[in-house]
Order: sequence, then structure tokens, then C-alpha cells
Amino acid sequence: MKRHLLSAADLDRDDALLVLDTAAELAQLTDRAVKKLPTLRGRTVVNLFFEDSTRTRISFEAAAKRLSADVINFSAKGSSVSKGESLKDTALTLEAMGADAVVIRHGSSGAPHRLAHSGWIQGSVVNAGDGTHEHPTQALLDAFTMRRHLAGGKGDLEGRKVTIVGDVLHSRVARSNVLLLATLGAEVTLVAPPTLLPVGVETWPCATSYDLDAHLKDADAVMMLRVQRERMNAAFFPSAREYSRRYGLDARRMAQLPDHAIVMHPGPMNRGMEIAAEVADAPRSVIVEQVTNGVSVRMAVLYLLLGGATLGDGSEA
Amino acid sequence: MSSDTYVIRHARILGGDPADLVLRDGVIAVITAAGAASAEGAIEVDAAGLVALPGLVDLHTHLREPGREDAETVESGSRAAAAGGFTAVFAMANTDPVADTAGTVEQVWRLGHEAGLVDVQPVGAVTIGLGGQQLAELGAMATSAAQVRVFSDDGRCVHDAVIMRRALEYVKAFDGVVAQHAQEPRLTEDAQMNESALSGVLGLRGWPAVAEEAIIARDVLLAEHVGSRLHVCHVSTAGSVDIIRAAKARGVDVTAEVTPHHLLLTEENVASYDPVFKVNPPLRGAADVEALRAGLADGTIDAVATDHAPHPVEDKDCEWSAASMGMLGLETALGVVVEAMVETGLLDWAGVADRMSYRPARIGRLDGHGRPVAVGEPANLVLVDPARPTTVDPHALQSRSHNTPYAGRTLPVTVVATFLRGRATVLDGAVVGAAVDA
Repeated sequence: MKRHLLSAADLDRDDALLVLDTAAELAQLTDRAVKKLPTLRGRTVVNLFFEDSTRTRISFEAAAKRLSADVINFSAKGSSVSKGESLKDTALTLEAMGADAVVIRHGSSGAPHRLAHSGWIQGSVVNAGDGTHEHPTQALLDAFTMRRHLAGGKGDLEGRKVTIVGDVLHSRVARSNVLLLATLGAEVTLVAPPTLLPVGVETWPCATSYDLDAHLKDADAVMMLRVQRERMNAAFFPSAREYSRRYGLDARRMAQLPDHAIVMHPGPMNRGMEIAAEVADAPRSVIVEQVTNGVSVRMAVLYLLLGGATLGDGSEA
Repeated sequence: MSSDTYVIRHARILGGDPADLVLRDGVIAVITAAGAASAEGAIEVDAAGLVALPGLVDLHTHLREPGREDAETVESGSRAAAAGGFTAVFAMANTDPVADTAGTVEQVWRLGHEAGLVDVQPVGAVTIGLGGQQLAELGAMATSAAQVRVFSDDGRCVHDAVIMRRALEYVKAFDGVVAQHAQEPRLTEDAQMNESALSGVLGLRGWPAVAEEAIIARDVLLAEHVGSRLHVCHVSTAGSVDIIRAAKARGVDVTAEVTPHHLLLTEENVASYDPVFKVNPPLRGAADVEALRAGLADGTIDAVATDHAPHPVEDKDCEWSAASMGMLGLETALGVVVEAMVETGLLDWAGVADRMSYRPARIGRLDGHGRPVAVGEPANLVLVDPARPTTVDPHALQSRSHNTPYAGRTLPVTVVATFLRGRATVLDGAVVGAAVDA
């Protein structure tokens, strides 16, 4: 593995499988009464969040704590960041405090890349979502979840058909998923109105379509992306109602899916917009399980970036 | 007038055979066979192997004064210009306060005069405060001591078609020209880089080529309709070159400039997320670079203009979206043009003189610059060593800022000497201080 996790493209197939296999081992912990390993005792993990994202932050926090790391949460709200301190000065402060890893969420695409490559800090950088660029640990937890349901919990996702629906243009989740799923051999189709597909999407390792109904019958997994209602004010679509009618996953559409197919969503959901409540709460919905798997996958990432060894060799713990 | 007399020996004028030049009383007094010149008490300059060009003229420079003296001053920008081989620069109007009154343009002009290293010719704003709503007092600026002839809201586009039409018409009264920053504002809201497959991958908001091309297409039609002169700033796309080429073929009085960085760099640099490559208009694709080079070579694009845009460290040493747009250009322009245009065989030295001196001076109506290297002409000259590469060190530049995209890069030439009206502003590659003359 590389020293940082900035993009899903940083992971080749072996790296990705190592993370997923490690996460699977760590997941067994979750079933134990004492959910804690001593692996990262004495190491410091900083959660540096410039955007509100309670769910991602607590997922990383839980992951680090279960590995016995010291966790420092640094959020933009109520910190010097809101007084105009620069990313650089924040980074230098964290470096002075001896951060071994910095988990960063930032509204600006490429901010984790700057943090990792500007010489401001020495530790590993984990991208926890940057602007409209990437969110690689989300893609890893999604792949982990798909592997459990569609591939018996091991190996890759060769030949599995994944339909990703919604605001691809603004979605860091979609970008990371397309890259990682392609690495793992899955066949991805992005479905969105033409206004919400990026320029150049034809160069991505996936197919695209404007027609959701055409990509349900043979899907193994359907991933619905969050769509902000405010997008209609910039004319990306005429109204929330029309969006929902053309691209929302409702019970009628869910019924077209094969029996084994799962429904996913990175959250937070707009119930009634991109996903109907009855779909979100259906048995085939794995949305809550995605959150659970997120902790295991982030444990694996922190473990591999900071620990460096495989779990089985025993010497590390 | 200062009384130094220079004898420049063995200089290759526009790359031709070696000759001696005598500079006296601000003009080129003698051009004679190499080694043959003699002048009593003259300072000898050994120019063996050096190419002599007319002093370079930059139509597009941001000197930041008044308002952002932490980034650049007229004096530091003048030093940078002289070091780059320039003898005249046009100072853009987007200062703070904006150069939209006779008072402000006269202030900039006077600061340039006091620095005395290049002729600083202020550009006046088209609209008050660059607001795009109400014409600034263009006539007052034209008749001020600064004698403004180029008007631009650069940094902003004069996007209102009626305001643009009126400006084009109005400046005819004093032979002015409107220099348009062609950027359709709605298509480029919060734009961060060229819109392309790469912007999609990097998750950076796109600045589509059509936002530039649509404005240029409209403006050449407006200029044609009202019979006015239009200048297009920093053309950056292949489509823009096509539109301007077609307009010129139709007889529209349009001129255009391209920056050195758009002749050499591509959007691939943005993948580093290093804001030193953040610039407006953005770096484009390789096909655009090719088209811009071809357009400059065939004369569709008249001039190279630097868009020299100094920024303090903190405005670049940050995340991409928080960074300011713009890059330094004055001290690297000639080297970049030689690499992109001369070494590729697209321009010879006479072509460089035409695109970096003659034509920009004519577009800006700057008498006394952009003149041939000939007896009786103003002694505005630059001596270039075509065999001595320069490695760019951001902290060795004359500019007060360091935001050059060429740090560590080796450019093929070195500016050895610059003369402004017969007085050396640069000798042996070093700036030699301010003027006392004129």
C-alpha cells in the first residue's frame, strides 16, 4: 500500500483485496463483547473535518479507538479554522502535536492531496471526502458490502453488475466507486440525467445511461446517490418531482430487480426524492449495514497505513 | 537626457550577421560592420553571440499598485519587466482602487516614470469599478497625462452586450481600443480549471472553452457592426483562434494576444492540485496549445502578452479552490516563447520581434516602442544569449512575488542586457537601477 489513501486509484487489485480481507477479519471483532485491539496503542489519529459530516467522523473515530489509537477530533466549527486559519497552518499545528495519521474531510477537491504532498506534515493522510473529487473509504465499504452479499465475502467482484444512480457530477462517492469497482472487476453503469454526468464521463471505466428502467433487471446492486433539491435552482433538473419520477427508486422499480439484488445508499438519504421510504426500509436494503461495515473498513485502512504488517503475523499486536 | 554612450559590439540584429551599434542621446546613432564602430568615451558592451531585438512590449501586466503592494509594486514590476527584456508594459486596471479615473491612471503612470526602468503605460477600466454597469470616464483618461489608449475590465468580462457596444463605439473618438477579457460569467461560476475529462476526474468545476469563444464571437460581430477596433486578451482555446482567424479574413479590425503559459503548459499540470498552475483563463489541452502556436505563427494572434499576475505566498500556498488565479510571466516570457515558437521552427527572431514588440506597441498606440532596430530609431533594445539557458529560481526573480509555474525548469535563453532610450536598465543579466533621465 502507498503511504496515503487519497484516491481509490491509489489501490491496485492486491491492495484493495488486502483492505477488504483485513476488514473481514476485523469485522469479527464487532461480534465480540470487548471490541478492542491494542494494535495502534500510542499512535495518534487526527480527524480533521472542515465540513460537517457526523457519520463519517464517528465512523473513523470508532475505527481508530477500536485499534486503541489516541484520537483527536479537529472540526472547522468552533476552531481557529472559522477564524480564517489556513490549511497549511492547521497542518503545521497537527504536525507539531505528532499526528501519525490525518483523516481529512474538506470541501475543496484536492485538499487531502495538498496536505499529503506539500511537505507540511509527515504522517499518513486519509481522504475522508474532498469536494466533488473522491471518498475512497466509502467505496471500500461499499465494495465490502457488495462482496458479502454478492461474492460470498471473499475475492473480487468480477462480472457483478452495479448500477449507480443520481448526481454523479457532484458525487465523490460515485468517482471513488467507479474506480474501485473497475479495479475489482465489476461492471458499473452510471445512470443520471445528462446534466448530472460530468464532461468526459465516456473516458471513465464504466457505462452510462439516461434510462434507469433499462438497468434494473440485470443489476446485482443498485446504489442511489443523494441529490440535493437545490440543484434544480441551477437548472440541473426541472423539479424534485420530475427527478423522482425519472430517477428515483420506488417500490415499482425495486420490483424489477432480481431477487438477490441489493439496494445501497451512502447516506444521508432524501427519502421521497432519490429513494422511496419503503425501498430504504426494505429487506434488500443494506443501507444500515453499510454504516457498520464502514467501521471495519476504516479500521483496516488505518491498520494497514500505520501498522504496515498483515494481521496474521502476530508480532504487531 | 542621460549622456552615456554605448557601443554594442558583434550583436546579431534579429539573429542576422554580427554588427556594431552605437547608442547615443536615446537613439540608435550608428549601425556598422562588426568591430568597426568607434565612439569617444563610450561604454563597450561585448555582444558576441547575442541576438539584438527591439525592446519587448507587454500589453498585459498586473503591477498590483495601488492596493496590493504586498504582491507587487510598480517599481518591483518594472524591475521584473526590465529583467525580462521589456521596455514598455501596459499596467492593467484591476487595482484597488480600480484605475477608472484620470487621477488613478496618472498615479500609475507617474510611479512608472519614477521607477524609470520601463515605460509603464496604464490601461483604463471600461466600466466604473469593473462593475460592468456604467462606463468609466474613458475620455478623461485618454486626455490625461497618461494618454490611455487601451481600456479593459480585465479580470472581469464586459459581458453586457450593450455596454460592450457603447464602449467599442465611444473609444473611436480618441483612437482607443477595448481589450476584452472574454469569459461568459454564468458559464464559469466558481470555475476552477479547463472543463474536460480531467476536470471530471479531479472533481474541479469546469471552465468550458465555449465560455470564451461565445464572447469572442459576439464581440467580433459587434466590432464589425459598429466599425470599431477590438482586442482580445489571453486567447486560450483552439476555437477562439478559429473565430478570430475567420473575423480577420472578413476584414474585422480585431487583434489578439496569447500568454506564454498558454503556449507551453497544459491542464495536465492541474492534476498536482498545486495552485501555482491555477490561472484564468485556465491551462487548456494539448490541442489548444498547438492551435495557439499555429495562430501566433500565422499572425492570427498578433502578440504575446504575459498576463503577469503576482500573488503573495499565502494566496498560493493553500488548497486549490482557495487559491488566487494567476502566474508570474515577465521574467520568463522570452524564454518560453523561444522554447515554444523558435525552437519548434514556428517563428524566427524577426517573428519574435514582431509578436513581442512591433505589434503590441501598435495595438497599444505606443509611439517610440516597437520600432525597427535601425539608425535614428529610439534605442530600446534587448540583448539575448540564445546559447545560454536559464534555470528558473522563484526566489531569484525581481518580482516581489514567487508564483512562477516554471520553478526548476530550464528555459533556453538568457536576457543579458536591456536598454531604454539608450540607457541600460539591465547589464550582464542584472538590473542596473533607476533612471535619472527624461
